[in-house]
Amino acid sequence: MEEVMVVGGGPAGLCAAIESARYGVKVILIDENDMPGGQLFKQIHRFFGSAQHRAGIRGYDIGNSLLSESEKLGVRVLLNTVVWGIFQDNFLGIKTEKETKILQAKKIVVGTGALENPLAFPGWTLPGVMGAGAAQTMMNIQRVLPGKRILMIGSGNVGLIVSYQLLQAGAKVVALVEALPKISGYLVHAAKISRAGVQILTSHTIVKADGKGEVKKAVIAKIDENFKMIKGTEKEIKVDLVCIAVGLRPLDELCWMAGCQFTYIPSLGGFIPLHSRDMETTVSGIYVAGDVSGIEEASTAIEEGKLAGIAIAESLGYISKKEAEEKKELSWESLRELRLGSFGEGRQKTKDLILKQYNSLHKM
Amino acid sequence: MKKKIFTQDYYKNFPGYPSKERLAKARVVVIECVQDIPCNPCETICPRKAIVVGKPITNLPRLIEENCTGCGRCIPICPGLAVFVVNNNYNDKESTISLPYEFLPLPEKGEEVIALNREGEKVCRAKVISVLDPEKNNRTAVITIAVPKEYSGEVRGIRLIRKNP
Ligand SMILES: Cc1cc2nc3c(=O)[nH]c(=O)nc-3n(C[C@H](O)[C@H](O)[C@H](O)COP(=O)(O)OP(=O)(O)OC[C@H]3O[C@@H](n4cnc5c(N)ncnc54)[C@H](O)[C@@H]3O)c2cc1C
Ligand code: SF4
Ligand code: SF4
Repeated sequence: MEEVMVVGGGPAGLCAAIESARYGVKVILIDENDMPGGQLFKQIHRFFGSAQHRAGIRGYDIGNSLLSESEKLGVRVLLNTVVWGIFQDNFLGIKTEKETKILQAKKIVVGTGALENPLAFPGWTLPGVMGAGAAQTMMNIQRVLPGKRILMIGSGNVGLIVSYQLLQAGAKVVALVEALPKISGYLVHAAKISRAGVQILTSHTIVKADGKGEVKKAVIAKIDENFKMIKGTEKEIKVDLVCIAVGLRPLDELCWMAGCQFTYIPSLGGFIPLHSRDMETTVSGIYVAGDVSGIEEASTAIEEGKLAGIAIAESLGYISKKEAEEKKELSWESLRELRLGSFGEGRQKTKDLILKQYNSLHKM
Repeated sequence: MKKKIFTQDYYKNFPGYPSKERLAKARVVVIECVQDIPCNPCETICPRKAIVVGKPITNLPRLIEENCTGCGRCIPICPGLAVFVVNNNYNDKESTISLPYEFLPLPEKGEEVIALNREGEKVCRAKVISVLDPEKNNRTAVITIAVPKEYSGEVRGIRLIRKNP
């Protein structure tokens, strides 16, 4: 039996692995890609935060430093490997490039991240309609520019940042439409693309994408307070790529399979596995961290991963309860700081709610 | 179809925007950061304690304008690319604006470029006075341009005139 297996090599999984390996736990980290790092290697922009959250540092630089730390600490990494199931008594089904096998671990951390939400409109199945995250992977990882003239849908931070990166890659972002009457991501990100010439159209939506065999144009239009299209405001724009950035949802199938209990919190992306202050789910020995436990940010994923890692080292007897408590408090403090302000408060409240629901279950 | 969101009138009421008098006097930072996001590298990097975020970290950066020398160190560290330095004392007719720039190719010193307002519209032509791109800035170049004085509150971006090679 293995000691710890971490599913997903994003910031959450990497930090869970690093933190438990730091105290001597033997850790295997599994990721389906040919390199760990999750979303981090797509993030070519600088991160917000304080010095302790590595503010002003670019995502891929954070990724590189986490990778070298995990190597130093002897974390074993299985790449191009998919975890396809979690079963009773912590059995994991994994598929490597060559074989399929079943492994068992004392503790499992699920750090599988998130999935992009789709948006259905006439023409949405045409080649040339894709998630903003997919476009970001194509350009920043595979180094292929997915389009030259782009319509971005959604003004959250993902829509704003990917628009900026498309501009940096040499594409033209013809417009960004947002159904709400105001920009929902950070205004500093919006200002950046605005001064680079991107029209940000609030109270607007896509009506359809059109083209023979691939996107050649799109129709956008104004909408009223009830999100109904205002007739006569349709406008045709020539684009070859429509990017959808309308939110993410936790990639939580493995937690469902494992029998974890969930709660439903739309603002965190939908169904969220209940978890303790140690990030342990309602199934003993299975932990969650990062976007799978509610859509947030890399900086919060890092702290949640650390919490899980420390808690695991503690429960396997590698560090004392006292030391673990001290270490965990540092991460909690950091999380509280990252969840301040009008963009964070809501997340703090819903995260508290998850803990409360978990605790009430365990009192029964 | 489009209504303006990003204007000088909007930004000048925030605590990172220098007073009219300070702007007229000499080189000074202009911070266009307007939301309570948890962030403070601008405060950390300033050697003159001219930017205060304090606690909680979501406070808006506040400029202590007497302390600022306009050195520009805070420009490339800001993840929001929301920090500029304006010098209205450059010469009789022109002001300079130093701005963060993350597009390739970089302009060259002496090159003529198009100066853009916050909405990406052309304001005037501008001359590139300097291009700073040291390794420690990790790929955020700081470009300083000269524009006619009356545009110094409006210009916040540039576009190259030359075609990409
Ligand atoms: C455009 C964009 C910009 C962003 N900008 C910022 C920012 O400026 N600051 C910030 O803090 N955050 C930012 N974020 C958010 C941040 O990237 C995520 O919150 C963070 O990556 C979540 O980390 P994670 O470890 O939970 O998941 P991920 O980084 O998504 O990692 C999950 C990993 O698990 C793998 N995986 C999933 N399922 C399996 C399986 N069954 N078997 C094997 N492997 C699996 C995935 O392939 C992936 O590699 C941004 C996100 C996007 C999309
Ligand atoms: S320009 Fe220099 S002195 Fe002024 S706030 Fe920025 S770092 Fe401080
Ligand atoms: S570094 Fe930039 S985004 Fe962060 S607080 Fe300072 S001005 Fe705002």
